[in-house]
Amino acid sequence: MKPRHKRLILVLVALALLGLGATFVLKAFRSNLVFFYTPTEVFAGQVPQGQAFRIGGMVLEDSLQRNEDGVTVRFAVTDTMENVPVQYTGILPDLFQEGKGVVAQGRMDKQGIFVADQVLAKHDENYMPPEAAEALERARKIKMEAE
Amino acid sequence: MQWESISDFFAMGGYGLYVWGSYSVTALCVVIELVDLRKNR
Amino acid sequence: MATFFFLVAAILTVWGLYIGFFVAPTDFQQGESYRIIFIHVPAAWMSMLIYLVMSFWAAIGLIMNTRLSSMMAHALAPTGALMTFVALWTGAFWGRPTWGAWWVWDARLTSELILLFLYIGYMALRASIEDPRRGDRASAILALVGVVNVPIIYFSVQWWNTLHQGASVSLTKSPTMATSMLTGMLVMALAFWMYSIAVSLMRVRRIIRDREGNATWLSESSGVQ
Repeated sequence: MKPRHKRLILVLVALALLGLGATFVLKAFRSNLVFFYTPTEVFAGQVPQGQAFRIGGMVLEDSLQRNEDGVTVRFAVTDTMENVPVQYTGILPDLFQEGKGVVAQGRMDKQGIFVADQVLAKHDENYMPPEAAEALERARKIKMEAE
Repeated sequence: MQWESISDFFAMGGYGLYVWGSYSVTALCVVIELVDLRKNR
Repeated sequence: MATFFFLVAAILTVWGLYIGFFVAPTDFQQGESYRIIFIHVPAAWMSMLIYLVMSFWAAIGLIMNTRLSSMMAHALAPTGALMTFVALWTGAFWGRPTWGAWWVWDARLTSELILLFLYIGYMALRASIEDPRRGDRASAILALVGVVNVPIIYFSVQWWNTLHQGASVSLTKSPTMATSMLTGMLVMALAFWMYSIAVSLMRVRRIIRDREGNATWLSESSGVQ
């Protein structure tokens, strides 16, 4: 066997071992690298108890309320299956909107309200001019009325 | 075209700091890389 | 050679930025802040592509014992690191106004940061070993170990819940971007690609000169072994 072939085999074996190792690391990561939990997971009790975590989903339409103090807001985060009420005091990001994606960090209080200390907007991967978005929205409404 | 004036262009609809903060640092990185390559010629 | 690629890169940049700033319309949800995409996405793509090419040359250098391929890998690392830094920096400047945070520890951002550390580690390892051939081998192993991170970056938005949105452009589905926005982004990606080729060609020439010297280069490097 030429030394070149020997090295090739060595590299291939090393890569195979590495791939195997990486698979195990990924498996371990899968449970830890969760950036946010969905409302369904919250209700199923799959969230860390007694510590801060993040929930993610859509801001439920018509759920946004502002308190009299002007800086505290209440809204519900939904994944269409379950809704979690959220309370937050602070400035909301520009892209925060009803019906759009949101990720909030905080903890559950005793009344089942998620008290957030940070609210982030999660936008989607669609990019288009406003006119196109309006046209799509109109088409969606027409389709919904037809159904 | 969506810009009414030069200042409108630089304002970037209120996102000027972020847009130009991104582009200027990118340009700076390129300049640094090119200067470094020339210097060590 | 390098001059040609620089020229193409410059022309493409002017064209791409013209589309990006004067042809592409405002975005319906992000307003003008989305214009960062014209450098953010090309830089992020190049950061991953350069790593793959660098590891390819490093592997060839390791297996075939060829000096030139190891020197190619060496020449690509700084540009790869630069692209990674630009992707992270522009990402922060994009995340602040849209998400509401400069940085979050989600899987996409974290794995891209690991990529930057891999590039820096690769260069540091090389610099710390005096014998260039030993440096080639050691750094090649590091580069190959790090390859697993590239698919992790790419698929992170599918595998885990991340704050970062999914891909707008991929091989498996049609792009979710207006045509002029997409064109601007692709032209800029091509410009970054040409720039990377130009810069690494210049750098590999310098590395060859530094390592081999003119006379020994001609006499010794012709053979593979």
